Amino acid sequence: MNTILGIFTLLADKIVYGVLGLNSKSRLAESLHFFIEDVTKILVLVVILIYLIGLLRASMNMERIRDYLKGQHKFVGYLLAAIFGAVTPFCSCSSIPLFLAFTSARIPIGITMSFLITSPIINEVAVLLLGTLLGWKFTLAYIIIGLLAGIIGGYFFDLIKAERYLTPLGNKSLTMAERNAAQEADCGCKDGCTVQPQKTKAVSWRKRHEFAKSEVREIVGRIWKYVILGIAVGAIFHGFVPAAWVQTHLGANNWWSVPLASIIGIPLYSNATGVIPIAESMLLKGVPIGTTLCFMMSVVGTSFPEFILLKQVMRPRLLLIFFLLLLTIFTLVGWIFNFSAPLLSINI
Amino acid sequence: MKIKILGTGCAKCANLTRLTQEVADKLALDYTLEKVTDLEKIMEYSVMSTPALVIAEEVVHSGSVPSASVLTEYLSR
Repeated sequence: MNTILGIFTLLADKIVYGVLGLNSKSRLAESLHFFIEDVTKILVLVVILIYLIGLLRASMNMERIRDYLKGQHKFVGYLLAAIFGAVTPFCSCSSIPLFLAFTSARIPIGITMSFLITSPIINEVAVLLLGTLLGWKFTLAYIIIGLLAGIIGGYFFDLIKAERYLTPLGNKSLTMAERNAAQEADCGCKDGCTVQPQKTKAVSWRKRHEFAKSEVREIVGRIWKYVILGIAVGAIFHGFVPAAWVQTHLGANNWWSVPLASIIGIPLYSNATGVIPIAESMLLKGVPIGTTLCFMMSVVGTSFPEFILLKQVMRPRLLLIFFLLLLTIFTLVGWIFNFSAPLLSINI
Repeated sequence: MKIKILGTGCAKCANLTRLTQEVADKLALDYTLEKVTDLEKIMEYSVMSTPALVIAEEVVHSGSVPSASVLTEYLSR
């Protein structure tokens, strides 16, 4: 894999040192090299990966996931919801309809939250990119934390009985849930008469190809800005921020650097794909693994626009709880990894 | 024909609206197109992901922007 990816290094070498003739020791050359190598490498990988996964995913839809999550035992539910969140492509503009649809299907709010928390953090493109750029250990750690954040977050929402803090719109879905339940009791069938069972149709390869192609067009169209912006920030960090400065100010000895990374990251928004180059460059400069993970999760997992959306179904108090909960989870993750990484010899 | 686009106003919803109009015009359909942005109304169609396309009060597609050929299929039924 690394030898194949090496062609992007060679390409960047050619452009920066050959065509532009820059001195390989200069800061500008380092930044530019990082930028060119990562832009070409990540865009090519992303297109291939989205297409391949699109082929597989052509037969999946949210209705089936909802029906599957309905009536699961609670704790199995959190885990499954987090896993579904991870494998489902998801655009934050759908989070409110999804929240309402899940709730009105009598899925507990906590389980819905597990889905919503994990969904942006883990997706196949991010996982495969992390694997190729930062190694499987880091990737595995990232996946486990993403799932755990969803499970714990979801459990906490049910623990505080979050349904008390919904807006009238959110409450309406609870009323609908009761109505559905009453209807089901009336007609005596367990799965509900109003819900027609989804037939699983075999999806032809031509349809799969069509779907995968539209996925590539749609997702790349949406994320390319974040990717390029992320790589640019990573490149500047890589070329212009001295490693010694990073060591002193963001090193493992500064306990406060972890919550700080989280506070900065939560309102910021980037797609998971965009933050990976920043993480790559942070790790290369010696920012500790826990701080880096904490920053990544905070940027990807939540954002200011998402809070605005959630405001439609959650009252401000619940939003504040949600914010503090995520801040706590991500900070703890950061500290735990900063402490344990040297013991587990996780490095890149 | 009554066509509705359900969506809260993200870029995909706008794309679907535009594309649906194009296809419907091409087919020379007699239609009305309504954009439904109110979440409570969207909820009544029990749509899981937006944008969604509703033709004659039936949800025919949700969660993505279908290609022009698929849309032609939906609209010429």
